[in-house]
Amino acid sequence: MPTRKKPVDAVIIGFGWTGAILAKTLTDAGLSVVALERGPARDTAPDFEYPRIIDELKHGIRGELWQPLAKETVTVRHAPNEVASPYRQYGSFVLGNGVGGAGVHWNGQLWRASPEELRIRSHIEQRYGKKFIPDDMTIQDYPVTFEELEPHFDHFEKVCGVAGTAGNLRGTIRPGGNPFEGARSSDFPQSPLPAVYSAQLFAKAASDFGYKPFPVPAANSTTAYTNPYGVRMGPCNMCGFCERFGCFLYSKAAPQTTILPILVNRPNLEVRSNSYVTRILLDKTGKRATGVLYVDQDGREVEQPAELVVLSAFQLHNVRLLLLSGVGKPYDPVTGKGVVGKNYAYQMVGATTAFFSQDVEINPFIAAGAAGMTVIDEFNADHFDHSAHGFIGGSMIYAGGTGGRPIAQMLIPPDAPRWGSGWKEAVKKHYRHSASFVTQGSVMSYRDRYLDLDPTYKDSHGLPLLRMTFDWHSNEFKMNAYSIARLEEIVKTMKAERFVNEMFRPGTPYDTRIYQSTHTTGGAIIGSNPSNSVINRYSQSWDVSNLFIYGASAFPQNIGYNPTGLLAGLAYFSAAKLRESYLKSPGRLVDA
Amino acid sequence: MTTVPRFNRRDFLKVAAPAAIALTHPGIPAGSAEDAPPRYVPTFFNAIEWKFINAAVDRLIPVDAHGPGGVEAGVPIFIDRQMDMPYGHGAYFYMQGPFHIDAHPTLGYQLQYTPRELYKLGIAAADSACKRTKSRTFADLPHLDQEQFLAAMERGAVVLEGPPAATFFGQLLSNVREGYFADPLYGGNRGMGGWKMIGFPGARADFTNWMNQQGRAYPYGPVSINGSKS
Repeated sequence: MPTRKKPVDAVIIGFGWTGAILAKTLTDAGLSVVALERGPARDTAPDFEYPRIIDELKHGIRGELWQPLAKETVTVRHAPNEVASPYRQYGSFVLGNGVGGAGVHWNGQLWRASPEELRIRSHIEQRYGKKFIPDDMTIQDYPVTFEELEPHFDHFEKVCGVAGTAGNLRGTIRPGGNPFEGARSSDFPQSPLPAVYSAQLFAKAASDFGYKPFPVPAANSTTAYTNPYGVRMGPCNMCGFCERFGCFLYSKAAPQTTILPILVNRPNLEVRSNSYVTRILLDKTGKRATGVLYVDQDGREVEQPAELVVLSAFQLHNVRLLLLSGVGKPYDPVTGKGVVGKNYAYQMVGATTAFFSQDVEINPFIAAGAAGMTVIDEFNADHFDHSAHGFIGGSMIYAGGTGGRPIAQMLIPPDAPRWGSGWKEAVKKHYRHSASFVTQGSVMSYRDRYLDLDPTYKDSHGLPLLRMTFDWHSNEFKMNAYSIARLEEIVKTMKAERFVNEMFRPGTPYDTRIYQSTHTTGGAIIGSNPSNSVINRYSQSWDVSNLFIYGASAFPQNIGYNPTGLLAGLAYFSAAKLRESYLKSPGRLVDA
Repeated sequence: MTTVPRFNRRDFLKVAAPAAIALTHPGIPAGSAEDAPPRYVPTFFNAIEWKFINAAVDRLIPVDAHGPGGVEAGVPIFIDRQMDMPYGHGAYFYMQGPFHIDAHPTLGYQLQYTPRELYKLGIAAADSACKRTKSRTFADLPHLDQEQFLAAMERGAVVLEGPPAATFFGQLLSNVREGYFADPLYGGNRGMGGWKMIGFPGARADFTNWMNQQGRAYPYGPVSINGSKS
């Protein structure tokens, strides 16, 4: 029998970005809150201290901050009729672990969604006609608008001290910013750092085409900054160790550098690390959560009763825990019925790498995850007329690397030797004189791309792993080819000695071995009614009204941007409703 | 490719390396003068395997004018030490069966072997393949034959009695590059030679004064985590 803990008002599963956002909201309201985090407690000091954090092997390759796959991973297959194999070693995406979650080792590229992407099906049908959307493409509108989310995007940008240049301030298009963004109510809280050299070369070349390059919105603080919660951040020094690392300078926004400092001493919050939730407990009706079951750091099974359950783990884990707990009807790809696991999506990333002559000093190690980068948005979302192109979605195209880590970020031409003196010559010649320009593209959702429980493989507690059924569709191959073609035109003018495109040949299977993006989405999607979604517009479970689910699991399809801004906006939108309405009178917030 | 004078690895070590080795590994007894590298006694690899590792590393990152050779940079030592880390024991990997060894390659590594097992089996199988076709172990083959054999493994053109040759080669090459470019903390990249060759400043991690100097070559050499400068 599990140990039964004293009941609390709310239990939070997963203590990353959205867990921290909800912990603040709920403790502000006076609730007693327990946050359960599967991984260890982590903080800037001592866990991310210089110089030990500047260790590519430990963090960038072995992934000490990531979820240990030995205990739990996912299985992957390309199609519903195949047998899935476990994702045994890290490749395609990396999963967060520990307090702060993936918010510790992200890059800090903080984007809002484009307004039309939040009503994608209606928008595409209206602009291009119903037939433009393939039959098996299961994209759907968000049940919430850009205008409703805007104050929450704005707030989160201030929490993170985002540096950027506004492109659309209250409807006025401004030079130097993104002319395609939705109207923002206020400017970014901080000014961007100067673009790194490769980003400057790109900005100049892109401008010559008439495009409007602008700085990537960067949750890498550029000054000594105090956020709305009174938490102070320090200026980024472009150390080149954002991605896959914790920030030793309190510059990169993470739960640790923005929200957790004001929560640590709250008597009504208890954070239990190394606590692995195995089940959301339901009452006999199956309509109400009574708490959660977890395995504590000593391997004991513990029951934590709670009036309110917040599911805020990583996207994949949210979906798995719903399936393990029997919350909601699992998605069936044959009938198209059921919702849990539906609409898994990903991103399709391409690149053009330029190899410059020896007098072009790229200094790739002078970098940040987001600061110093330049991007164009002409070919993303529905910022251009798709009617002649026959695909939906697009890519943002950006310049300026996330670092010059020599094991993983070495750029040499594909025809250079992979070892021997020829390899040495190539790495020596190109390391400081090459740059990759990247297209990060959306992936739509499809009837046969989904998540369910694997029938064979188990985690270290004997529970089924999550199974991912995913491969590319032709829409995305077309999108990728179009994005790369536009990028190539720009790079061509940069006078590199040579350049090489990394793109997807149509029919290329999804390759789990190569890092592409950790922006996995869907499976517990947001929607207008219980037959098309797991959660309503306030992130409340349709089936279990005292369960709220946060994260990129809510995205009905993916976007070309990084997901953190959008998922945080959805969380703050929900938090406001909890504060204003639900906590006073718990119950279903949207009629089914 | 530049033509460079060919150093004999052992001669080079005699000239350049002993001081650095002695500093890095005080108290480790000297090995035989004939077996390179001296003064490091592997804890994971046995003598035959150690010969293979040293010979393979010497071909994968040879001594030449571009930069230090892999052996001289301590790459074999790096690999030996990694095998005693949790990594070598497969602690980072999901290792539960069943193992679909015929799964589509894009689904990633699907063998049941930890890195330690992969090395043990891979080296034995590679040596036995060399003996079968060339009557000598890999380490005793001429450089050219060694290179041809490695290239064949890389292409999967040689069938090993053990793990697939391309998988074993991939493991080896990954670890070799890691050992060449990881912080010297782990036994490789001795004297930050790998970093110096390419111009990576290591753990400096502060470019505040360089944000506005785009296009200028960054002038400083590397520092390591333990504070060594170069």
